[in-house]
Amino acid sequence: MSFNLALVPRREVSLLRQVLTPVLALVVALLIGGLIVWMMGRSPAKAFDVFLREPLTDPWALQEVLLKSTPLMLISIGLIFCFRANRWNIGAEGQFLLGGMFGGGVAIATHGLSGPWILPLMMLAGALGGMLYAAIPAALRNRFGISEILTSLMLVYVAELLLDYLVRGPWRDPKGFNFPQSVPFTDAAQLQPLFEGGRLHAGFVLALLAVLVAILVFRRSLFGFAVKASGEAPRAANFAGFNEKRITLVVFLISGGLAGLAGMIEVSGQVGQLRPGFGQGLGFTAIIVAFLGRLSPVGAMLSSFVIAVLLIGAESAQVSLKLPFDLTRFFMGLLLIAVLAGESLNRYRLEFRKETA
Amino acid sequence: MGPERIRLSGITKAFGALKANDHVDLTLHAGEIHALLGENGAGKSTLMKILYGLLRPDSGEIRINGQRVSLPSPQAARAQGIGMVFQHFSLFEDFTALENIAIPLEGRIADAALRAQVEAKARHFGLAIDLDRPVHTLSAGERQRIEILRALMQEPQVLILDEPTSVLTPDEAEALFATLDTLAEEGAGILFISHKLEEVRRLCSRATILRGGKVVAETDPRAVSAAELAALMVGEGVLDLRPAAAHALGEPLLHLDGLSVAPEGVHGVALQDIHLTVQAGEVVAIAGVAGNGQSELYAAISGEGGRVTAGRVTMAGQDVTRRDINARRALGAAFVPEARLGQATLPQGPLSENVILSWHATESLGRWLLDKVRIGEVARTVISRFDVRTPSADPQAAQLSGGNLQKYVVGREIERQPRLMVVDQPSWGVDARAATHIRQTLLDLAAKGAAVLVISQDLDEVMVMADRIAVMHGGNLSAARPVSALSRAEIGLLMTQGESPARGAA
Ligand SMILES: Nc1ncnc2c1ncn2[C@@H]1O[C@H](COP(=O)(O)OP(=O)(O)OP(=O)(O)O)[C@@H](O)[C@H]1O
Ligand SMILES: [Mg+2]
Repeated sequence: MSFNLALVPRREVSLLRQVLTPVLALVVALLIGGLIVWMMGRSPAKAFDVFLREPLTDPWALQEVLLKSTPLMLISIGLIFCFRANRWNIGAEGQFLLGGMFGGGVAIATHGLSGPWILPLMMLAGALGGMLYAAIPAALRNRFGISEILTSLMLVYVAELLLDYLVRGPWRDPKGFNFPQSVPFTDAAQLQPLFEGGRLHAGFVLALLAVLVAILVFRRSLFGFAVKASGEAPRAANFAGFNEKRITLVVFLISGGLAGLAGMIEVSGQVGQLRPGFGQGLGFTAIIVAFLGRLSPVGAMLSSFVIAVLLIGAESAQVSLKLPFDLTRFFMGLLLIAVLAGESLNRYRLEFRKETA
Repeated sequence: MGPERIRLSGITKAFGALKANDHVDLTLHAGEIHALLGENGAGKSTLMKILYGLLRPDSGEIRINGQRVSLPSPQAARAQGIGMVFQHFSLFEDFTALENIAIPLEGRIADAALRAQVEAKARHFGLAIDLDRPVHTLSAGERQRIEILRALMQEPQVLILDEPTSVLTPDEAEALFATLDTLAEEGAGILFISHKLEEVRRLCSRATILRGGKVVAETDPRAVSAAELAALMVGEGVLDLRPAAAHALGEPLLHLDGLSVAPEGVHGVALQDIHLTVQAGEVVAIAGVAGNGQSELYAAISGEGGRVTAGRVTMAGQDVTRRDINARRALGAAFVPEARLGQATLPQGPLSENVILSWHATESLGRWLLDKVRIGEVARTVISRFDVRTPSADPQAAQLSGGNLQKYVVGREIERQPRLMVVDQPSWGVDARAATHIRQTLLDLAAKGAAVLVISQDLDEVMVMADRIAVMHGGNLSAARPVSALSRAEIGLLMTQGESPARGAA
């Protein structure tokens, strides 16, 4: 006699269930995470304190959280357009880097100049860089039918190498003691704090704006409808005359543009110069954010905050608890799996079957 | 009659406020072929899905061979000897017939032992199937036979068939009936859903009639006329089709000139040198067995697909061969594709949103932001004009019964008041009254000066609607001839053998 586990589709799913699932997933992930911390010989209570309470209560840390959520929000909003259309842009990290390089390039070219036009120009350049870079996988898919999953992913590594080359070669700061980094940006090229003594800058406002626009686009616009139709039922989209290739290109441009803008905001508002590794994998993390938020703009906004709390918490946990940063990566993965599992269990119910054979 | 196989008592199932089944009682005996009749949305499919374990009833009990059972899943239903053949095929296109039969038989593979068993079964029931051909090379009738053979391999004591004949030619349907007769003689009970009352009277010895989820009658369909059955189903007499008043024909609105189209995918049929003209004011029908190039023809006319290799498509005097579907809509054309779910509609989208699909390019639905009020109004108008029965005010397309969704799709296009209407399978799966309504609407549209092109495999439909008929066979289209100049036998011959060169020249 053996046991067999089967997934049986549920017939109806109550609204309460749908609302409670992500919350429950978070709790489960916290419990498992706590268990791991405990097994590593640290106090789970202390870890929760550092990971969750501090970033949410300390005003300085809270600003850091909002700053960290800014690129995540911008990138994941863009990714929602791709993913809803069933186009798989895995290369937001590369588009993010290109945005940083284009924006940073403007900052370097205008070094020593000042004027209120520099920042907007950097933003435009950043968005443009991301768009151009995202257009490559879209064009390859449209023209040759090459999987955008592979091309967008591989272009991330190209972007990393390009950044490496620039900061070691043509854009290296001559007074930088041979460190691979560009000149520090002047004030005119850096996003300034929104209020005295704080750190939060206009990038965060832009991210919130992107969320609002995305909500409107998906709720009320023909384009939002076309994206949804193209993802859910390509034949119906074809019947409606929504051009499949044009949709591919446009969703990639939107997502690349937002990722590029995020990259510019990161170098201008956070780093203050170009240097390798400013991407920090945020472009990949944003994929998790988009799915945690169930591909809805509001959901992406909320999960950007959740993930940002974890990232900030992880930084201090490294210092105060000597917990490795990889634990955070692990925890993010855990959270995603918990949410996806919760969603599957909403749609299917587990059934044990006795088999007599 | 043999012993009782199934007894359903007091089965009730509600979707929100709508009672799809309301205290339904039904008994099925061994050896009986039992028809389940009712207008679109009466609750037939719902009841059968409950019996097959796909839906759970809110209340009521199911007894199988006298035992009270609960059926939480189709596996449980199969274990109780219940088999079901769905209206839509569920075969893997690239697998052979034998492989497709092996898949649901747990623990079996397509080996010699299974082949022997399948061959024996097929012989026994007179089901001719080439087991080694991949499914994509097979006709609809052959696919249907695989579905049935697959269900038979599980030795069902009860077989449910939900509208199995809508895709079959008359000959194929006759072969299916012979199979079902044999099966019933051997003691199985069969539940048969169909909107074609003549075949119900040919096949079934009892009929349960549902209306609004309730059983309204149980009768012997042979003892009453088809008209009486129809009256029981819809509550009042079905109107006859009113021929349009005599009217003059106008300019040609659709013209196909030597059109050749590459086959769609590996399963497709190439179109060769098609000529056809449809004038304002007339209804032209394209008859033919499904799979002879109708999908390719439809796609080439609508602009949804079809790689045109030669020739031209002209609409309202303009060459549209290289223009997309919306450019064609802008010239006054409207299209009803064959697949109503997933092509004509977005399954998860509410009916209001589904208006956008075919309206956005030509009708004003708001400038920057979609005008949800207007969209909702259009949907409501279609729903009331075409008597679409919905479970709620604005349900998702997938929540409508098959026939009701068809009514919505046709209505949505008519509501645009097109000058040229192209309809693939206008009354597929709709009940007698709704079929008449749809056909009448199309005739009236033509009488008001629109050109109407109907693609249909239903010979009766073609005969009552069309002014002229052309027949599709193997990617060729016969010349369109006036209905009066063609007999059913002649059309049948064209459908199976195509047009001989001598006749084509005539
Ligand atoms: N999943 C669902 N959610 C909501 N309503 C549903 C659902 N499935 C069916 N219904 C509703 O239940 C009613 C009965 O539907 P059912 O599919 O049983 O009709 P039917 O008799 O098979 O009709 P048809 O001849 O058109 O196939 C319809 O009004 C339909 O809209
Ligand atoms: Mg049905």
